[in-house]
Amino acid sequence: MNEISIFDIAGPIMVGPSSSHTAGACKIGQFARALFHGTPRKVTFYLHGSFAEVYKGHATDRALLGGVLKMRTSDPLIKDSFKVADKKKIEYEFKKKFLGERYHPNTVEIVLENSRRKLSVIGSSVGGGVIEILKIDNFNIRLRGRAGKYLSLVVRHDKNKMVIPKLKEKVNALKGIRVHDVEQRTYKDKTLSILHTKGRRIKLPEVIELEKSMQHVDFIRSLSKLEKQ
Amino acid sequence: MKYHFQTAEDLIKLTKLHKVPISEIAKLYESQRSGSALSTIRNKMKLTRDIMYKAVKKGIKSNKKSIMGISGSDAQKVYESLKNLKKMMGNKVTVRAMAYALAVGEQNARMGRIVAFPTAGGAGVVPGVLFSAAEHFKAGKRKLLRGMFCASAVGIVIAEGSTISAAKGGCQAEIGAAVAMAAAGLTEMRGGTPEQCFDASAIAFKSYLGLACDPLAGLVEVPCIKRNAIGCMAAIGASDMVMAGVKSYVPFDEVVRAAKDIGRTMPRTIKETALGGLAITPTGNRLKKKLGLRITREL
Repeated sequence: MNEISIFDIAGPIMVGPSSSHTAGACKIGQFARALFHGTPRKVTFYLHGSFAEVYKGHATDRALLGGVLKMRTSDPLIKDSFKVADKKKIEYEFKKKFLGERYHPNTVEIVLENSRRKLSVIGSSVGGGVIEILKIDNFNIRLRGRAGKYLSLVVRHDKNKMVIPKLKEKVNALKGIRVHDVEQRTYKDKTLSILHTKGRRIKLPEVIELEKSMQHVDFIRSLSKLEKQ
Repeated sequence: MKYHFQTAEDLIKLTKLHKVPISEIAKLYESQRSGSALSTIRNKMKLTRDIMYKAVKKGIKSNKKSIMGISGSDAQKVYESLKNLKKMMGNKVTVRAMAYALAVGEQNARMGRIVAFPTAGGAGVVPGVLFSAAEHFKAGKRKLLRGMFCASAVGIVIAEGSTISAAKGGCQAEIGAAVAMAAAGLTEMRGGTPEQCFDASAIAFKSYLGLACDPLAGLVEVPCIKRNAIGCMAAIGASDMVMAGVKSYVPFDEVVRAAKDIGRTMPRTIKETALGGLAITPTGNRLKKKLGLRITREL
Protein backbone atom coordinates (compact mmCIF):
# COMPACT_ATOMS: atom_id res chain seq x y z
CA MET A 1 0.00 0.00 0.00
CA ASN A 2 1.29 3.43 -0.93
CA GLU A 3 0.53 5.58 2.06
CA ILE A 4 1.33 9.27 2.15
CA SER A 5 3.84 10.23 4.79
CA ILE A 6 3.02 13.10 7.13
CA PHE A 7 6.37 14.52 6.09
CA ASP A 8 5.15 14.70 2.51
CA ILE A 9 2.59 17.14 3.90
CA ALA A 10 4.83 18.81 6.50
CA GLY A 11 7.64 19.06 4.00
CA PRO A 12 9.79 18.95 2.00
CA ILE A 13 12.27 21.39 3.41
CA MET A 14 13.24 23.27 0.30
CA VAL A 15 14.29 26.49 -1.32
CA GLY A 16 11.44 28.31 -3.04
CA PRO A 17 9.53 29.37 -4.84
CA SER A 18 7.30 26.36 -5.66
CA SER A 19 7.15 22.83 -4.27
CA SER A 20 5.94 21.27 -7.48
CA HIS A 21 7.90 23.50 -9.85
CA THR A 22 11.12 23.82 -7.87
CA ALA A 23 11.52 21.04 -5.29
CA GLY A 24 9.76 18.40 -7.38
CA ALA A 25 11.69 19.44 -10.47
CA CYS A 26 14.95 19.16 -8.55
CA LYS A 27 14.01 15.64 -7.45
CA ILE A 28 13.24 14.54 -11.01
CA GLY A 29 16.70 15.82 -11.96
CA GLN A 30 18.25 13.82 -9.15
CA PHE A 31 16.48 10.66 -10.29
CA ALA A 32 17.61 11.16 -13.87
CA ARG A 33 21.20 11.64 -12.76
CA ALA A 34 21.11 8.54 -10.55
CA LEU A 35 19.69 6.47 -13.41
CA PHE A 36 22.29 7.80 -15.83
CA HIS A 37 25.14 7.16 -13.42
CA GLY A 38 28.10 9.39 -14.17
CA THR A 39 28.52 12.92 -15.42
CA PRO A 40 26.55 13.75 -18.55
CA ARG A 41 28.11 16.01 -21.18
CA LYS A 42 24.84 17.30 -22.45
CA VAL A 43 21.41 17.54 -20.88
CA THR A 44 18.25 18.46 -22.74
CA PHE A 45 15.04 19.23 -20.89
CA TYR A 46 11.72 18.94 -22.75
CA LEU A 47 9.16 20.85 -20.73
CA HIS A 48 5.50 19.86 -20.89
CA GLY A 49 2.27 21.59 -19.81
CA SER A 50 2.53 23.97 -16.89
CA PHE A 51 6.29 23.41 -16.72
CA ALA A 52 6.56 24.80 -20.25
CA GLU A 53 4.37 27.81 -19.46
CA VAL A 54 5.82 29.12 -16.23
CA TYR A 55 9.22 27.50 -15.77
CA LYS A 56 11.18 30.75 -15.75
CA GLY A 57 9.47 32.45 -12.84
CA HIS A 58 9.40 29.32 -10.72
CA ALA A 59 13.06 28.65 -11.38
CA THR A 60 12.04 25.20 -12.67
CA ASP A 61 14.95 25.33 -15.11
CA ARG A 62 17.51 26.04 -12.40
CA ALA A 63 16.01 23.37 -10.14
CA LEU A 64 15.96 20.68 -12.84
CA LEU A 65 19.56 21.40 -13.69
CA GLY A 66 20.44 21.59 -10.00
CA GLY A 67 18.96 18.12 -9.51
CA VAL A 68 21.00 16.77 -12.39
CA LEU A 69 24.03 18.32 -10.67
CA LYS A 70 23.12 16.31 -7.55
CA MET A 71 21.92 19.30 -5.55
CA ARG A 72 19.37 18.72 -2.80
CA THR A 73 16.01 20.43 -2.73
CA SER A 74 17.11 22.51 0.27
CA ASP A 75 20.43 23.55 -1.30
CA PRO A 76 20.71 27.33 -1.68
CA LEU A 77 23.11 26.70 -4.60
CA ILE A 78 20.09 25.90 -6.80
CA LYS A 79 19.89 29.63 -7.43
CA ASP A 80 23.24 29.45 -9.22
CA SER A 81 22.96 26.06 -10.92
CA PHE A 82 23.57 27.55 -14.39
CA LYS A 83 26.93 28.85 -13.24
CA VAL A 84 27.84 25.53 -11.63
CA ALA A 85 26.97 23.68 -14.83
CA ASP A 86 29.06 26.08 -16.90
CA LYS A 87 31.98 25.52 -14.57
CA LYS A 88 31.63 21.75 -14.92
CA LYS A 89 31.32 22.17 -18.69
CA ILE A 90 27.94 20.47 -18.88
CA GLU A 91 25.86 21.70 -21.79
CA TYR A 92 22.20 22.27 -21.09
CA GLU A 93 19.18 23.22 -23.11
CA PHE A 94 15.49 23.81 -22.39
CA LYS A 95 12.82 23.12 -24.98
CA LYS A 96 9.04 23.13 -24.91
CA LYS A 97 7.37 19.93 -26.04
CA PHE A 98 3.90 18.44 -25.71
CA LEU A 99 4.46 14.91 -24.42
CA GLY A 100 0.86 13.68 -24.52
CA GLU A 101 -2.50 13.96 -22.81
CA ARG A 102 -1.81 11.16 -20.37
CA TYR A 103 0.86 13.09 -18.52
CA HIS A 104 0.37 15.36 -15.52
CA PRO A 105 0.74 19.07 -16.41
CA ASN A 106 4.00 19.30 -14.47
CA THR A 107 6.03 16.90 -16.55
CA VAL A 108 9.50 16.97 -18.04
CA GLU A 109 11.49 14.68 -20.28
CA ILE A 110 15.18 14.76 -19.46
CA VAL A 111 17.66 13.43 -22.01
CA LEU A 112 21.16 12.93 -20.67
CA GLU A 113 24.05 12.19 -23.01
CA ASN A 114 27.74 11.65 -23.00
CA SER A 115 29.96 10.37 -25.79
CA ARG A 116 28.92 6.75 -25.23
CA ARG A 117 25.47 6.70 -23.72
CA LYS A 118 22.12 8.34 -23.89
CA LEU A 119 19.23 8.05 -21.45
CA SER A 120 15.80 9.58 -21.45
CA VAL A 121 13.63 9.89 -18.36
CA ILE A 122 10.10 11.25 -18.09
CA GLY A 123 9.00 12.42 -14.67
CA SER A 124 6.03 14.29 -13.22
CA SER A 125 5.86 16.48 -10.17
CA VAL A 126 2.43 15.70 -8.79
CA GLY A 127 2.28 18.27 -5.99
CA GLY A 128 3.88 19.03 -2.66
CA GLY A 129 7.27 17.87 -3.90
CA VAL A 130 6.08 14.34 -4.60
CA ILE A 131 7.22 13.00 -7.95
CA GLU A 132 6.62 10.04 -10.23
CA ILE A 133 9.02 8.64 -12.79
CA LEU A 134 6.87 7.41 -15.66
CA LYS A 135 9.22 6.44 -18.43
CA ILE A 136 12.84 5.35 -18.68
CA ASP A 137 13.92 5.13 -22.33
CA ASN A 138 11.08 3.17 -23.92
CA PHE A 139 9.82 1.50 -20.79
CA ASN A 140 6.63 2.81 -19.24
CA ILE A 141 6.97 2.48 -15.51
CA ARG A 142 5.65 4.08 -12.39
CA LEU A 143 8.21 4.85 -9.73
CA ARG A 144 6.97 6.94 -6.87
CA GLY A 145 9.44 9.13 -5.09
CA ARG A 146 8.08 9.75 -1.66
CA ALA A 147 9.83 10.77 1.50
CA GLY A 148 12.27 8.09 2.56
CA LYS A 149 11.17 5.56 -0.04
CA TYR A 150 14.08 5.40 -2.41
CA LEU A 151 15.24 1.86 -1.80
CA SER A 152 14.82 0.61 -5.35
CA LEU A 153 17.16 -1.02 -7.82
CA VAL A 154 16.58 -0.41 -11.51
CA VAL A 155 17.87 -3.13 -13.82
CA ARG A 156 17.86 -3.38 -17.61
CA HIS A 157 18.51 -6.84 -18.96
CA ASP A 158 17.80 -9.20 -21.86
CA LYS A 159 14.28 -10.55 -22.08
CA ASN A 160 13.50 -14.11 -21.00
CA LYS A 161 16.87 -14.80 -19.49
CA MET A 162 16.38 -15.96 -15.97
CA VAL A 163 18.12 -12.84 -14.77
CA ILE A 164 15.81 -11.57 -12.11
CA PRO A 165 15.44 -14.73 -9.98
CA LYS A 166 19.23 -14.99 -9.91
CA LEU A 167 19.63 -11.32 -9.05
CA LYS A 168 16.96 -11.57 -6.40
CA GLU A 169 18.85 -14.41 -4.80
CA LYS A 170 22.03 -12.39 -4.79
CA VAL A 171 20.39 -9.31 -3.32
CA ASN A 172 18.69 -11.38 -0.63
CA ALA A 173 22.09 -12.89 0.19
CA LEU A 174 23.33 -9.42 1.17
CA LYS A 175 23.05 -8.84 4.87
CA GLY A 176 20.08 -6.77 5.95
CA ILE A 177 18.43 -6.37 2.55
CA ARG A 178 15.37 -8.15 1.26
CA VAL A 179 13.59 -7.84 -2.09
CA HIS A 180 9.91 -7.47 -1.42
CA ASP A 181 8.51 -6.56 -4.79
CA VAL A 182 9.54 -6.71 -8.45
CA GLU A 183 8.01 -4.74 -11.33
CA GLN A 184 8.85 -5.53 -14.92
CA ARG A 185 8.27 -3.86 -18.28
CA THR A 186 9.37 -5.31 -21.59
CA TYR A 187 10.08 -3.45 -24.79
CA LYS A 188 11.31 -5.44 -27.82
CA ASP A 189 14.08 -7.74 -26.59
CA LYS A 190 14.90 -5.86 -23.40
CA THR A 191 13.27 -5.83 -20.00
CA LEU A 192 13.42 -3.15 -17.36
CA SER A 193 12.93 -4.44 -13.84
CA ILE A 194 12.53 -2.50 -10.66
CA LEU A 195 13.39 -4.30 -7.48
CA HIS A 196 11.90 -2.71 -4.40
CA THR A 197 13.99 -3.62 -1.42
CA LYS A 198 13.46 -3.36 2.30
CA GLY A 199 15.90 -3.05 5.14
CA ARG A 200 19.10 -1.05 4.95
CA ARG A 201 20.34 0.94 1.96
CA ILE A 202 22.37 -0.92 -0.61
CA LYS A 203 25.91 0.46 -0.94
CA LEU A 204 27.48 1.51 -4.21
CA PRO A 205 30.34 -1.09 -4.18
CA GLU A 206 27.70 -3.78 -3.71
CA VAL A 207 25.79 -2.51 -6.73
CA ILE A 208 28.93 -2.52 -8.87
CA GLU A 209 29.74 -6.01 -7.64
CA LEU A 210 26.24 -7.18 -8.59
CA GLU A 211 26.50 -5.58 -12.00
CA LYS A 212 29.84 -7.30 -12.69
CA SER A 213 28.73 -10.71 -11.50
CA MET A 214 25.56 -10.87 -13.56
CA GLN A 215 25.31 -11.93 -17.19
CA HIS A 216 22.82 -10.51 -19.71
CA VAL A 217 22.51 -7.35 -17.67
CA ASP A 218 22.99 -3.94 -19.29
CA PHE A 219 23.04 -1.96 -16.09
CA ILE A 220 21.97 -1.91 -12.48
CA ARG A 221 21.26 1.41 -10.85
CA SER A 222 20.62 2.01 -7.22
CA LEU A 223 18.31 4.81 -6.17
CA SER A 224 19.16 4.44 -2.52
CA LYS A 225 21.65 7.31 -2.50
CA LEU A 226 18.91 9.75 -3.30
CA GLU A 227 17.66 12.33 -0.91
CA LYS A 228 15.71 11.26 2.11
CA GLN A 229 13.52 13.97 3.52
CA MET B 1 -2.94 -1.68 9.20
CA LYS B 2 -4.05 -0.55 12.60
CA TYR B 3 -3.73 3.21 12.18
CA HIS B 4 -4.54 3.50 8.51
CA PHE B 5 -6.84 6.33 7.49
CA GLN B 6 -7.88 8.01 4.27
CA THR B 7 -10.88 10.07 5.30
CA ALA B 8 -11.93 12.28 8.18
CA GLU B 9 -14.43 9.62 9.16
CA ASP B 10 -11.65 7.01 9.52
CA LEU B 11 -9.61 9.45 11.52
CA ILE B 12 -12.41 10.38 13.92
CA LYS B 13 -13.19 6.67 14.43
CA LEU B 14 -9.54 6.01 15.28
CA THR B 15 -9.40 8.88 17.78
CA LYS B 16 -12.56 7.54 19.47
CA LEU B 17 -11.23 3.98 19.53
CA HIS B 18 -7.90 4.91 21.10
CA LYS B 19 -9.21 7.91 23.04
CA VAL B 20 -6.43 10.21 21.78
CA PRO B 21 -6.40 13.46 19.77
CA ILE B 22 -5.77 13.61 16.00
CA SER B 23 -2.12 14.54 16.49
CA GLU B 24 -1.44 11.26 18.33
CA ILE B 25 -3.03 9.23 15.52
CA ALA B 26 -0.88 11.11 13.01
CA LYS B 27 2.26 10.15 14.92
CA LEU B 28 1.19 6.51 15.26
CA TYR B 29 0.25 6.39 11.57
CA GLU B 30 3.66 7.69 10.54
CA SER B 31 5.42 5.34 12.92
CA GLN B 32 3.53 2.37 11.51
CA ARG B 33 4.08 3.50 7.91
CA SER B 34 7.80 4.14 8.15
CA GLY B 35 8.77 1.75 10.91
CA SER B 36 10.48 4.55 12.84
CA ALA B 37 10.15 5.11 16.57
CA LEU B 38 7.72 7.75 17.84
CA SER B 39 10.62 9.76 19.24
CA THR B 40 12.30 9.89 15.81
CA ILE B 41 9.12 11.23 14.29
CA ARG B 42 8.74 13.82 17.02
CA ASN B 43 12.33 14.95 16.46
CA LYS B 44 11.80 15.17 12.73
CA MET B 45 8.78 17.39 13.30
CA LYS B 46 10.86 19.52 15.67
CA LEU B 47 13.40 20.00 12.90
CA THR B 48 10.59 21.01 10.57
CA ARG B 49 9.36 23.47 13.18
CA ASP B 50 12.84 24.98 13.62
CA ILE B 51 13.28 25.54 9.90
CA MET B 52 9.86 27.17 9.66
CA TYR B 53 10.72 29.35 12.64
CA LYS B 54 13.97 30.47 11.02
CA ALA B 55 12.13 31.36 7.82
CA VAL B 56 9.63 33.41 9.83
CA LYS B 57 12.32 35.23 11.80
CA LYS B 58 14.38 36.00 8.70
CA GLY B 59 11.31 37.07 6.78
CA ILE B 60 10.02 39.62 9.28
CA LYS B 61 13.43 41.30 9.45
CA SER B 62 14.36 41.35 5.79
CA ASN B 63 13.11 43.92 3.33
CA LYS B 64 15.09 42.55 0.41
CA LYS B 65 13.07 42.37 -2.78
CA SER B 66 12.35 39.05 -4.46
CA ILE B 67 14.31 38.01 -7.55
CA MET B 68 11.78 39.61 -9.88
CA GLY B 69 11.39 42.56 -7.53
CA ILE B 70 7.61 42.48 -7.20
CA SER B 71 7.37 41.58 -3.52
CA GLY B 72 9.48 41.70 -0.44
CA SER B 73 8.90 44.19 2.35
CA ASP B 74 5.31 43.70 3.51
CA ALA B 75 6.06 41.28 6.34
CA GLN B 76 8.24 43.86 8.01
CA LYS B 77 5.53 46.51 7.71
CA VAL B 78 2.83 44.34 9.22
CA TYR B 79 5.12 43.15 11.99
CA GLU B 80 6.02 46.73 12.85
CA SER B 81 2.32 47.54 13.16
CA LEU B 82 2.16 45.19 16.15
CA LYS B 83 3.79 47.96 18.15
CA ASN B 84 0.77 50.12 17.56
CA LEU B 85 -2.06 47.64 17.93
CA LYS B 86 -4.65 50.23 18.85
CA LYS B 87 -4.78 51.29 15.23
CA MET B 88 -5.43 47.77 13.99
CA MET B 89 -8.80 46.04 13.86
CA GLY B 90 -7.51 42.49 14.24
CA ASN B 91 -6.15 41.38 17.58
CA LYS B 92 -2.53 40.55 18.31
CA VAL B 93 -2.77 36.89 17.31
CA THR B 94 -4.29 37.58 13.90
CA VAL B 95 -2.02 40.49 12.97
CA ARG B 96 1.04 38.55 14.04
CA ALA B 97 -0.18 35.50 12.11
CA MET B 98 -0.46 37.65 9.00
CA ALA B 99 3.03 39.05 9.48
CA TYR B 100 4.46 35.54 9.86
CA ALA B 101 2.61 34.24 6.81
CA LEU B 102 3.88 37.15 4.72
CA ALA B 103 7.38 36.48 6.05
CA VAL B 104 7.37 32.86 4.88
CA GLY B 105 5.90 33.80 1.51
CA GLU B 106 8.53 36.45 0.95
CA GLN B 107 11.35 34.14 2.00
CA ASN B 108 10.03 31.64 -0.50
CA ALA B 109 10.02 34.23 -3.28
CA ARG B 110 13.62 35.14 -2.44
CA MET B 111 14.52 31.46 -2.92
CA GLY B 112 15.21 31.14 0.79
CA ARG B 113 14.81 27.90 2.69
CA ILE B 114 11.26 27.12 3.81
CA VAL B 115 9.07 24.13 4.59
CA ALA B 116 6.43 23.39 1.98
CA PHE B 117 3.48 22.87 4.31
CA PRO B 118 1.74 21.33 2.35
CA THR B 119 3.19 23.11 -0.71
CA ALA B 120 5.41 26.15 -1.18
CA GLY B 121 2.54 28.30 -2.49
CA GLY B 122 0.58 27.86 0.72
CA ALA B 123 3.55 27.54 3.03
CA GLY B 124 2.76 30.65 5.06
CA VAL B 125 -0.64 29.80 6.51
CA VAL B 126 0.23 26.94 8.85
CA PRO B 127 3.33 28.54 10.42
CA GLY B 128 1.56 31.90 10.54
CA VAL B 129 -1.45 30.65 12.46
CA LEU B 130 0.27 28.05 14.62
CA PHE B 131 3.33 30.08 15.62
CA SER B 132 1.28 33.14 16.40
CA ALA B 133 -1.14 31.06 18.49
CA ALA B 134 1.72 29.24 20.22
CA GLU B 135 3.12 32.57 21.40
CA HIS B 136 -0.30 33.38 22.83
CA PHE B 137 -0.75 30.14 24.80
CA LYS B 138 1.02 28.91 27.86
CA ALA B 139 3.16 25.83 27.10
CA GLY B 140 2.95 26.95 23.50
CA LYS B 141 5.88 24.92 22.21
CA ARG B 142 4.37 21.54 23.04
CA LYS B 143 0.97 22.61 21.78
CA LEU B 144 2.61 23.82 18.60
CA LEU B 145 3.89 20.34 17.78
CA ARG B 146 0.41 18.93 18.37
CA GLY B 147 -1.00 21.52 16.03
CA MET B 148 1.52 20.62 13.35
CA PHE B 149 0.81 16.89 13.59
CA CYS B 150 -2.94 17.52 13.49
CA ALA B 151 -2.56 19.81 10.47
CA SER B 152 -0.50 17.15 8.67
CA ALA B 153 -3.18 14.53 9.29
CA VAL B 154 -5.79 16.83 7.72
CA GLY B 155 -3.38 17.36 4.81
CA ILE B 156 -3.23 13.61 4.25
CA VAL B 157 -7.03 13.43 4.14
CA ILE B 158 -7.08 16.18 1.48
CA ALA B 159 -4.25 14.63 -0.53
CA GLU B 160 -5.94 11.22 -0.46
CA GLY B 161 -9.39 12.48 -1.36
CA SER B 162 -8.50 15.28 -3.74
CA THR B 163 -5.14 16.87 -4.56
CA ILE B 164 -2.64 19.36 -3.13
CA SER B 165 -1.33 20.46 -6.52
CA ALA B 166 -2.54 23.80 -7.87
CA ALA B 167 -1.74 22.63 -11.39
CA LYS B 168 -4.47 20.02 -10.86
CA GLY B 169 -6.94 21.74 -8.56
CA GLY B 170 -6.27 25.47 -8.55
CA CYS B 171 -5.44 27.56 -5.50
CA GLN B 172 -8.04 25.76 -3.38
CA ALA B 173 -5.66 22.79 -3.46
CA GLU B 174 -2.73 24.77 -2.07
CA ILE B 175 -3.77 27.74 0.05
CA GLY B 176 -7.25 26.25 0.53
CA ALA B 177 -5.72 23.04 1.86
CA ALA B 178 -3.31 25.00 4.04
CA VAL B 179 -6.17 27.01 5.54
CA ALA B 180 -8.14 23.84 6.29
CA MET B 181 -5.06 22.30 7.90
CA ALA B 182 -4.26 25.38 9.97
CA ALA B 183 -7.87 25.64 11.17
CA ALA B 184 -7.77 22.07 12.45
CA GLY B 185 -4.33 22.48 14.00
CA LEU B 186 -5.36 25.62 15.83
CA THR B 187 -8.58 24.01 17.04
CA GLU B 188 -6.66 21.11 18.50
CA MET B 189 -4.19 23.49 20.17
CA ARG B 190 -7.14 25.21 21.82
CA GLY B 191 -8.44 21.92 23.15
CA GLY B 192 -11.13 21.22 20.56
CA THR B 193 -12.37 17.68 19.97
CA PRO B 194 -11.48 15.82 16.74
CA GLU B 195 -15.00 16.55 15.45
CA GLN B 196 -14.50 20.24 16.13
CA CYS B 197 -11.16 20.15 14.34
CA PHE B 198 -12.78 18.79 11.22
CA ASP B 199 -15.71 21.19 11.53
CA ALA B 200 -13.22 24.05 11.52
CA SER B 201 -11.43 22.50 8.53
CA ALA B 202 -14.69 22.07 6.67
CA ILE B 203 -15.81 25.66 7.30
CA ALA B 204 -12.41 26.99 6.23
CA PHE B 205 -12.07 24.74 3.18
CA LYS B 206 -15.61 25.51 1.98
CA SER B 207 -14.68 29.20 1.79
CA TYR B 208 -11.77 28.38 -0.48
CA LEU B 209 -13.48 26.01 -2.92
CA GLY B 210 -12.98 27.01 -6.53
CA LEU B 211 -10.26 29.53 -5.92
CA ALA B 212 -8.29 30.18 -9.11
CA CYS B 213 -4.53 29.79 -9.28
CA ASP B 214 -3.71 32.74 -11.50
CA PRO B 215 -0.40 34.18 -10.31
CA LEU B 216 1.17 37.03 -12.26
CA ALA B 217 3.68 35.63 -14.76
CA GLY B 218 3.38 32.31 -12.95
CA LEU B 219 5.48 33.57 -10.05
CA VAL B 220 4.55 32.45 -6.54
CA GLU B 221 4.35 36.09 -5.42
CA VAL B 222 1.24 38.01 -6.48
CA PRO B 223 -1.39 37.22 -5.22
CA CYS B 224 0.01 34.17 -3.39
CA ILE B 225 1.92 35.88 -0.58
CA LYS B 226 -0.91 38.10 0.58
CA ARG B 227 -3.40 35.32 0.04
CA ASN B 228 -1.45 33.39 2.64
CA ALA B 229 -1.92 36.24 5.09
CA ILE B 230 -5.65 36.44 4.44
CA GLY B 231 -5.76 32.64 4.75
CA CYS B 232 -4.58 32.99 8.33
CA MET B 233 -7.60 35.19 9.10
CA ALA B 234 -9.90 32.57 7.55
CA ALA B 235 -8.35 29.75 9.55
CA ILE B 236 -8.53 31.66 12.81
CA GLY B 237 -12.08 32.74 12.02
CA ALA B 238 -13.21 29.19 11.29
CA SER B 239 -11.63 27.95 14.49
CA ASP B 240 -13.26 30.74 16.48
CA MET B 241 -16.67 29.94 15.04
CA VAL B 242 -16.33 26.28 15.93
CA MET B 243 -15.18 27.06 19.46
CA ALA B 244 -18.28 29.24 19.79
CA GLY B 245 -20.39 26.19 19.00
CA VAL B 246 -20.90 26.47 15.25
CA LYS B 247 -20.89 23.22 13.24
CA SER B 248 -20.25 22.64 9.57
CA TYR B 249 -23.41 21.59 7.77
CA VAL B 250 -21.45 19.63 5.17
CA PRO B 251 -19.04 17.05 6.61
CA PHE B 252 -15.35 17.49 5.77
CA ASP B 253 -15.10 14.37 3.58
CA GLU B 254 -17.88 15.69 1.35
CA VAL B 255 -16.14 19.06 1.09
CA VAL B 256 -13.00 17.23 -0.07
CA ARG B 257 -15.05 15.40 -2.68
CA ALA B 258 -16.47 18.71 -3.83
CA ALA B 259 -12.95 20.12 -4.10
CA LYS B 260 -11.95 17.22 -6.30
CA ASP B 261 -14.92 17.73 -8.58
CA ILE B 262 -14.31 21.48 -8.85
CA GLY B 263 -10.63 20.87 -9.54
CA ARG B 264 -11.49 18.50 -12.37
CA THR B 265 -13.91 20.85 -14.09
CA MET B 266 -11.87 24.00 -13.56
CA PRO B 267 -10.51 25.45 -16.79
CA ARG B 268 -6.83 24.94 -17.50
CA THR B 269 -6.21 28.68 -17.80
CA ILE B 270 -6.55 29.18 -14.05
CA LYS B 271 -4.53 26.19 -12.91
CA GLU B 272 -1.03 27.56 -12.44
CA THR B 273 -0.54 28.15 -16.16
CA ALA B 274 -0.62 31.97 -16.04
CA LEU B 275 -3.07 31.95 -18.96
CA GLY B 276 -6.10 33.44 -17.21
CA GLY B 277 -7.44 35.55 -14.37
CA LEU B 278 -5.09 38.02 -12.73
CA ALA B 279 -2.22 36.80 -14.86
CA ILE B 280 -3.72 38.31 -18.02
CA THR B 281 -4.73 41.69 -16.59
CA PRO B 282 -2.78 44.65 -18.04
CA THR B 283 -0.55 44.58 -14.95
CA GLY B 284 -0.02 40.85 -15.31
CA ASN B 285 0.84 41.17 -18.98
CA ARG B 286 3.29 44.00 -18.31
CA LEU B 287 5.17 41.69 -15.99
CA LYS B 288 5.00 38.87 -18.52
CA LYS B 289 6.51 41.15 -21.13
CA LYS B 290 9.30 42.08 -18.74
CA LEU B 291 10.12 38.40 -18.28
CA GLY B 292 9.90 37.63 -21.98
CA LEU B 293 6.86 35.39 -21.68
CA ARG B 294 4.30 34.91 -24.42
CA ILE B 295 1.19 37.07 -24.06
CA THR B 296 -1.94 35.15 -25.02
CA ARG B 297 -4.72 37.62 -24.33
CA GLU B 298 -5.47 40.68 -22.28
CA LEU B 299 -8.55 41.60 -20.27
